[in-house]
Amino acid sequence: MNNFYLLFNEIYKILFLLIPVLVTVAMIVWLDRRVWALVQKRRGPNVVGPFGLLQSLADALKYIFKEIIIPASSNKVIFIIAPIITMTLALVAWAVIPFGENLVLADINVGILYLFAVSSLGVYGIIMGGWASNSKYPFLGAIRSAAQMVSYEVSIGVIIINVLLCVGSLNLNDIVLAQQNMWFILPLFPMFVIFFISALAETNRPPFDLPEAEAELVAGYQTEYSGMMYAMFWLGEYANILLMCALGSVLFLGGWLPPVETEALSFIPSPFWLIFKILFLFILFALVKAIVPRYRYDQLMKLGWKIFLPLSLIWVILTASYLLYFNLLPEQI
Amino acid sequence: MKLSRLIKTVFMVDFVTGLMIAIKEVFKSKKTINYPFEKGQVSPRARGEHALRRYPNGEERCIACKLCEAVCPAQAITIESAARDDGSRKTTRYDIDMLKCIYCGLCEESCPVDAIVQGPNFEFATETREELYYNKEKLLENGDRWENILAANIKADNPYR
Repeated sequence: MNNFYLLFNEIYKILFLLIPVLVTVAMIVWLDRRVWALVQKRRGPNVVGPFGLLQSLADALKYIFKEIIIPASSNKVIFIIAPIITMTLALVAWAVIPFGENLVLADINVGILYLFAVSSLGVYGIIMGGWASNSKYPFLGAIRSAAQMVSYEVSIGVIIINVLLCVGSLNLNDIVLAQQNMWFILPLFPMFVIFFISALAETNRPPFDLPEAEAELVAGYQTEYSGMMYAMFWLGEYANILLMCALGSVLFLGGWLPPVETEALSFIPSPFWLIFKILFLFILFALVKAIVPRYRYDQLMKLGWKIFLPLSLIWVILTASYLLYFNLLPEQI
Repeated sequence: MKLSRLIKTVFMVDFVTGLMIAIKEVFKSKKTINYPFEKGQVSPRARGEHALRRYPNGEERCIACKLCEAVCPAQAITIESAARDDGSRKTTRYDIDMLKCIYCGLCEESCPVDAIVQGPNFEFATETREELYYNKEKLLENGDRWENILAANIKADNPYR
């Protein structure tokens, strides 16, 4: 009976996290389209529900009722598993994101490693989808995506090392608490910029949306997908974007901490601060989508390996030297 | 690479400028309309859905000269005619296959009595193909429905014909 109660409690907590995340993902798609439209002086989706807020819900309903077409020559098992993996991995990572001092589903002390591992696994969904489709456009899209995500994961990893040097712990809550005096965006601003651009590449957002470059590859790895399976890729993609925004706000923007420690601001509960920061980063994502042209493939690789990786490595050395010289290394190390 | 160019690249000057322009654009007035709820202006010369017009006394204008049938590049028009009891020649059948029609406006141009015209209506999508095979009744009904606008349009375009 006790075990049952424990299980029920866990499921309740998971649902309490997952349902808001899924709803936010749906809303974020609307926000993305709306910001994109506003920049282009269009109106964007504004018919379904107040301000068109329910547009994503209408789209989801449409996807549910559409036929799922599985190509005859595809590798059916992998073809079906791929979108499930993409979406699951994007959602699973949310377990360690801290929404407040004690508001975290899994307060594991290697949270950032877990997050990094899960977001690295995300590429498998795309590779499997592209490979199992057994068709040329998905295949090329998947190859591009794999190369891109692996390249930029390296620089993101090095950037995370920068932050960890200043924190001395792999726990996400510790990372947030270490920013009580100063958010890491100030001392590590160049790293924040590189992290932001790498996050764009990591989540296949414009200007790095080569895997689904519609002019060349139809829809990249999603070409053969339809109905709910397509919607799952789509949900996974946006959940991943949201996750990257959350990671960015935890690492650089002080997570759930208010901008300044005052009575007036601590009145707003901590989850809201994280949500504000995630939204801020996401609006930046959406604005970038509206203003930049797509990168060429060789430029993408050049940027990742020849510019971002050396830059972030040099910054690691700089940070380490600085901390060592001024004896500022955190105690835990 | 020139030094100024390098500085521009490192500090992403162009990118930030673009971002500022984008943010400025957000607050400018919209260039699009809420289409199904508000509609844009349609020119008097718009070549939309076809209509067969009548004279004010109710007599149909078409004299079955079949010029429109002859000129139609898509051969979308089919006309059959017969003499009526009073001796006038009228159509017994006037079909337009709206799916074949390319909306070039030549039928309207060729008509000596302004009978067949293309009106301002462009929202006549249907759920089946068959509904788009227009016959004489449908075309006359269109004419009756849009007569006010059609007459005004022809009048507005009169100096240029």
